[in-house]
Amino acid sequence: MQQNLAIEMRHITKSFGDIKANDDINLEVLPGEVHALLGENGAGKTTLMNMLSGIYTPDSGEILINGAPVTFHSPADSIRLGIGMIHQHFKLVDVMIAKENIIIGQPSSFFTKGRELAQKVKELSDRYGLDIDPNKKVYDMSVGEKQTLEIIKVLYRGARILILDEPTAVLTPQEITKLFRVINNMKEQGCAVVIITHKLNEVMEISDRVTVLRKGQSIDTVVTKDVNIPSLIEMMVGQKVDLSIHREKTEKVEKILEADGVTVLNAEGKEMLSNVSFTLAGGEILGVAGVANSGQKELCESIAGLVHADKGRIFFEGENIVGKTPRDIIKLGIRMGFIPEDRLGMGLVGSMDIVNNMILKDYQNQPGIRLRKGPCIEKAKKIVAALDIQTPSINTPVKKLSGGNIQKVLLGREIDAAPKVLITAYAVRGLDIGASHKIYDLLNEQKKNGVGILFVGEDLDVLMELCDRIMVLCHGEVTGIVDPSEVTKEDIGLLMTGQKLEKEEAAV
Amino acid sequence: MNIRIIKRSDMPKRQEIIIRIAAVLMSIVFAGLILVIFGLNPLKIFATIIKGSLGTEIRIQQTIIRAIPLTITALGIIVAFKMKFWNIGAEGQITMGAFGATWVALNLPETLPMPVMLLLMMIAAMLCGGIWAFIPAMFKAKMGTNETIFTLMMNYIAIKFVTYLQYGPWMDPNAGGFPKIAKFPANAVLPSVFGINIGWIIMLLFVVFVHIFMNYTKKGYEIAVVGESVETARYAGMNISRIIITAMLISGGMCGIVGMIQSSAIEKTLISNIAGGYGFTAIIPAWLSRLNAVSALIVCLAFAMLIQGGTYLQVSLGISSAVSSIVQGTILFFVLGSEFFLQYKVIFGKKSVKAETEVA
Repeated sequence: MQQNLAIEMRHITKSFGDIKANDDINLEVLPGEVHALLGENGAGKTTLMNMLSGIYTPDSGEILINGAPVTFHSPADSIRLGIGMIHQHFKLVDVMIAKENIIIGQPSSFFTKGRELAQKVKELSDRYGLDIDPNKKVYDMSVGEKQTLEIIKVLYRGARILILDEPTAVLTPQEITKLFRVINNMKEQGCAVVIITHKLNEVMEISDRVTVLRKGQSIDTVVTKDVNIPSLIEMMVGQKVDLSIHREKTEKVEKILEADGVTVLNAEGKEMLSNVSFTLAGGEILGVAGVANSGQKELCESIAGLVHADKGRIFFEGENIVGKTPRDIIKLGIRMGFIPEDRLGMGLVGSMDIVNNMILKDYQNQPGIRLRKGPCIEKAKKIVAALDIQTPSINTPVKKLSGGNIQKVLLGREIDAAPKVLITAYAVRGLDIGASHKIYDLLNEQKKNGVGILFVGEDLDVLMELCDRIMVLCHGEVTGIVDPSEVTKEDIGLLMTGQKLEKEEAAV
Repeated sequence: MNIRIIKRSDMPKRQEIIIRIAAVLMSIVFAGLILVIFGLNPLKIFATIIKGSLGTEIRIQQTIIRAIPLTITALGIIVAFKMKFWNIGAEGQITMGAFGATWVALNLPETLPMPVMLLLMMIAAMLCGGIWAFIPAMFKAKMGTNETIFTLMMNYIAIKFVTYLQYGPWMDPNAGGFPKIAKFPANAVLPSVFGINIGWIIMLLFVVFVHIFMNYTKKGYEIAVVGESVETARYAGMNISRIIITAMLISGGMCGIVGMIQSSAIEKTLISNIAGGYGFTAIIPAWLSRLNAVSALIVCLAFAMLIQGGTYLQVSLGISSAVSSIVQGTILFFVLGSEFFLQYKVIFGKKSVKAETEVA
């Protein structure tokens, strides 16, 4: 091949402490190619790309860009070589408009050249089919718009090599289609695009070649059209895995939780949750879908008593629980497990060990002022064994565990409290396939035991397979409660953006 | 050449101790160098500091007398700091504690049995110190005010308040016009055991109390959780306002006791600078002990040695006690600096991982 490779990474190794995040990884990306980097969480995808964008320095190995060996000392070096990375968490300044965000950090003269900038942005937008209002404030933008802005930002800096870190995780199906169109445009213009993902159907749809990483090692690079999903999974996980999610059939018990016109205002008085009504029966999983920040957090927290609903009522077994503090709810014997979005920030105490984290939900039921650790040591041992939690000991601070294991500690504790209603938000975020399925199994088991489960999720495929019904939120409003067997993913996508469905909604 | 900083994985306990000891040794060497620059003989200075603090029975007693307020204040601060409530107001809480104790000592009859008198003084001191801490705690809990600024400013109010008493309503008419508050009656002075006021027994009791409180009680657990993550505490159903207020009452109450000990055993009256800077100095040992009650006792004893040794330096050699402050400062600098090397290692060199050099 005469053409230079856009990216060549040879024998890259990078360790963090004892953990080898990347171990002798090789990667080759051609210009005009969409290259998927596939692997489970913790396989080292993001670490590898962070080295390409100059955020980390490899411990050993070589990086060649357009055929020339390079050493990055900072992200600026990487930008200069035409590499642009779009991170999973957008790096935008909320209070500034799109235009200002584009030129931020640019070496330029003291005064910004407004007209020149506007023209260049327009030119880029036209060329790649991007669509953005350069004068819109970032905080007014939808997630899709923010991503578009990020893309324009790196293109403006002259990027010919684009790295997208899990770009579809936060998008609706419609936005994903749009993004893929943009990616294809870039490819036609001769850009090299690396897309990091763990969603297999997206790999099949968009990429030309796939490199699979597993546990910090590069397993293989294959041409996408020569492989199928099961073989990719096998490469990813190292063994054959049944990917289908089981949906347990249960006899629905009577309704256990009922929300009636719940409205939650934020500090500024904006409605974060508007007039939400639904019921949850024992023995069912009610999914909650919606783009990020559509009111999921407020919904969970208002049920758990962490925020007070400003209007409306929430009945738990016929009793209105609005106005009760979380402590009241625990004291009343209302068993409610709640797995917050931000596991470490809210559900667990990072610097404390598993035992001390077990105590968190337990100690208030202990008599006297003394803290009794005994029963919690037993409980910690039991949960570690039952859920197969990988930890050096039960006395290891939980923040030292991997994401999946942290999640298991949290879920284990909540399930152990034998709840009647279990609220889970993003229960499998950051977990690998194996761990995710373990969590689904645990939830299904709880469902069989008659627990009513509210499952806030982001992966529509999972929601469709796991849930009995799906409630879709948009801007804090319920835009529909649907039966997943009667609608398509695209239908849910429409509901997520606030459009109503033509067909009849499932009975509430 | 390329210098990189890499986060360490867990290091064995022994290596951690070695690094810490090395930090202390290096700080002494460095302090010695500074002394040489000043034309002083460092060995002689260090020897004098040790002689001055541990040389005779009386000097040891003096050292311990200095360790008492330092340790109890540090313990009080630990309770607040564990909650990440930055209580910089120990100075004011000590002063108000002394005020409470003085009010009791000067207003109750001299005929009252000593134990009753002292107990009442302590209760008053704890209440006053506690209230002084309660005010910023309540504002923080209810309105989210910044506790650092608030507690700091409360110090000046307390000190000026006592100055006002000294020059105004509480001025002793028998002091010949001097702005002094009357001496305590005999039944309001802490007795001594082994030549040291019984504050040292109170100190040891508090070490045990704080150790048990922080590690083996529900309240102590709650304080640690609130300190780590308010969100988690809320989610676990804890009443955060109440925890903040309780912890600060305990923190301020202990500082108040320091005021009682200082006014009763040392000054035998109330003066405006009764806290004498202990409220600020104690922040350092509290932090160096990593908020552990038992280590705090040890660190405070070492600090008391430096303070006492510094005073002796001034008396015996005519060298400013600031020299001892320099030593104190250098130790602090190195010990806090060593934290960095406990968490990170620095690697020199371009690509070879093998050639990593550790700097400690």
